[in-house]
Amino acid sequence: MKISGAQLVIKLLERQGITQIAGLPGGAALPLYDALPGSNIKHVLTRHEQGAGFIAEGMARVSGKAAVCFASSGPGATNLVTAIADAHLDSIPVIAITGQVPSSMLGTDAFQEIDTFGLMAPITKHNWLVRSAEELLEVIPAAFRIATSGRPGPVAIDIPKDVQNQIIEIDEFPAPGEAMPLPQPTLAQLKEMEAMIAKAERPMLMVGAGVIQSNSSEALVALAEKLNIPAVSTFLGLSVFPHGHELHLGMLGMHGSKGNNIALEECDLLIGAGVRFDDRATGKISEFCPQAAVLHIEIDRSEIGKLKTPTLAVHADVGACIKALLTNCEPQQRIEWVSRIKWLNENHGIPLPTKQDLSNPYSLIKTVAEIVGDNTNVHTDVGQHQMWTAQVYPFVRDRQWSSSGGLGTMGYGLPAAIGAALADPERMALCISGDGSIMMNIQEIDTAVEHNLNVKVVVINNSRLGLVRQQQALFYQENFAAVNNKRTADFALMAQAMGANGFDLGKATDPLAMLTEALNTPGPVLINVPISEDEMVFPMVPPGAANKDLIEERKA
Amino acid sequence: MSDFSQCAILELKVNNHPGVMSHVCGLFARRAFNVEGILCMPMQDKKHSKIWLLVGEDQRLDQITQQTLKLEDVLEISQHSASHPVFAQMMEFVE
Ligand SMILES: Cc1ncc(C[n+]2csc(CCOP(=O)(O)OP(=O)(O)O)c2C)c(N)n1
Repeated sequence: MKISGAQLVIKLLERQGITQIAGLPGGAALPLYDALPGSNIKHVLTRHEQGAGFIAEGMARVSGKAAVCFASSGPGATNLVTAIADAHLDSIPVIAITGQVPSSMLGTDAFQEIDTFGLMAPITKHNWLVRSAEELLEVIPAAFRIATSGRPGPVAIDIPKDVQNQIIEIDEFPAPGEAMPLPQPTLAQLKEMEAMIAKAERPMLMVGAGVIQSNSSEALVALAEKLNIPAVSTFLGLSVFPHGHELHLGMLGMHGSKGNNIALEECDLLIGAGVRFDDRATGKISEFCPQAAVLHIEIDRSEIGKLKTPTLAVHADVGACIKALLTNCEPQQRIEWVSRIKWLNENHGIPLPTKQDLSNPYSLIKTVAEIVGDNTNVHTDVGQHQMWTAQVYPFVRDRQWSSSGGLGTMGYGLPAAIGAALADPERMALCISGDGSIMMNIQEIDTAVEHNLNVKVVVINNSRLGLVRQQQALFYQENFAAVNNKRTADFALMAQAMGANGFDLGKATDPLAMLTEALNTPGPVLINVPISEDEMVFPMVPPGAANKDLIEERKA
Repeated sequence: MSDFSQCAILELKVNNHPGVMSHVCGLFARRAFNVEGILCMPMQDKKHSKIWLLVGEDQRLDQITQQTLKLEDVLEISQHSASHPVFAQMMEFVE
């Protein structure tokens, strides 16, 4: 059959099971867009390409499957860069497909020509500048294989316009690309792990996103219960343990609870499962878990020994290891250690207000969670609101939590929530944002309205770039520079201007009633909630300090 | 003759694709790992190339090797001591 490069791309994406693509067209992507109508793929037009990148991330995080975004050359491609970098640092399988100027014009500084290959190389697992339509037969399946194999991550495909237009003759389509089989633990490794765990008196699991990736969240919790091993979660590992589990001490690191930190000081074995020992989690790494032997189970060989030298390293699928340990290990009690953890949780958890007060961020987040219930996927932007959410949101299942961890990208929340609403339409997509972050991609409310998506945005509005202000308050003698949004826009009105419902709790006589009504209003809704700028995220470990040197609260 | 005694030599077998050199060199640059010398030639089969890198021998060498192995087009890496003649012979052309 005869087929153009652009038609081939669309056909191969269909064959990969892609049903929705977020993007924004332009000159160099016109043939791709010409091939879209009539396909089985629904295109979601965003208002900015960064939104398209984050929508793809949101879809991938909630579904665990690779997701695709489209952009044109030049500014289209550069606008995608932040989202692809975000996916790279959080290991999310996103496939970015960009149009490029015709091959004959490459290297001539043509209109909207930019070195997309060069820009994408450092922020992808692999990327291509496609030289002919035939190459697409290999590149598209390879893109899916690479994005989803081992430790997942983004890939980028740059396709010159003439390659999109080139007609080739093919007999059949190549097989869709699939994830490669994962390295398995050896029997000897399993025996060593079992012995190490059996011998430990005060073991501690450090649960990372690798556990979610390897579809072993339930097995991990079961293992913890069977062997009575308490656990801490990395920022991205949150939602593996259901909220309130008595063995779980919540998120570790910069904004972890004091109890969590004490437990890590005391543990004699740290089991890092699908983690990369990020500095926000470990604090000053030389003082992290000073008494502990370290067992590191990780799919990415280059993470082993990168920052923390393990006592035992197992380069294998975390899921396979956990499931084998769950089957093989004898139950253990560890009565003292478990009761110590319980005591630490009760006495040194995140201190919550005792009565409901919607101007207190913890109380607000808890109340929102109660109103929306468990059938909700939770997103945030970046800042204090993100950390408050990470500290207290009552997650009940994995993949319920979606937030920008490694890159910490303001502007992630709303488009990612749109992605989740598209990929998991049975559930509400909640986005908890701040007055700073929401402005980075607020235009995507218009996209949510176009598709009438079940997206609810709660803007926790302190009229400040709160987390930056917090650092200036604590470490820069309150020299508040450039953190004041005092004249914030009327976000409820902005939402209304784009056709969404907008609510402002600052104008409510009964804030709880308004919040309840807003969260129960169908379609896209934005709710502005004023809070005091003096609310802080505690505990906090000063950047660069050891976790044990956390600041518990602000001295007056 | 320059002194390579503090150096190691990495021999990479890579796919002979456009872009491979930039993936490899970019990786070393962004991970702040100095490359003192570089040599790249297609192999007999034309499908693969050999890249030789003269690098500082420090404790991060294993880490950078592992990162390099993750590159899709890098198929094999072996490490040689500085006494390997490849760069010593190259010196003729730069001195
Ligand atoms: C794109 C981007 N620019 C800058 C930063 C640095 N930064 C981190 S938190 C923050 C303030 C966020 O303010 P807001 O969204 O209002 O949230 P709050 O901390 O007040 O809850 C800034 C500027 C960032 N993380 N991302």
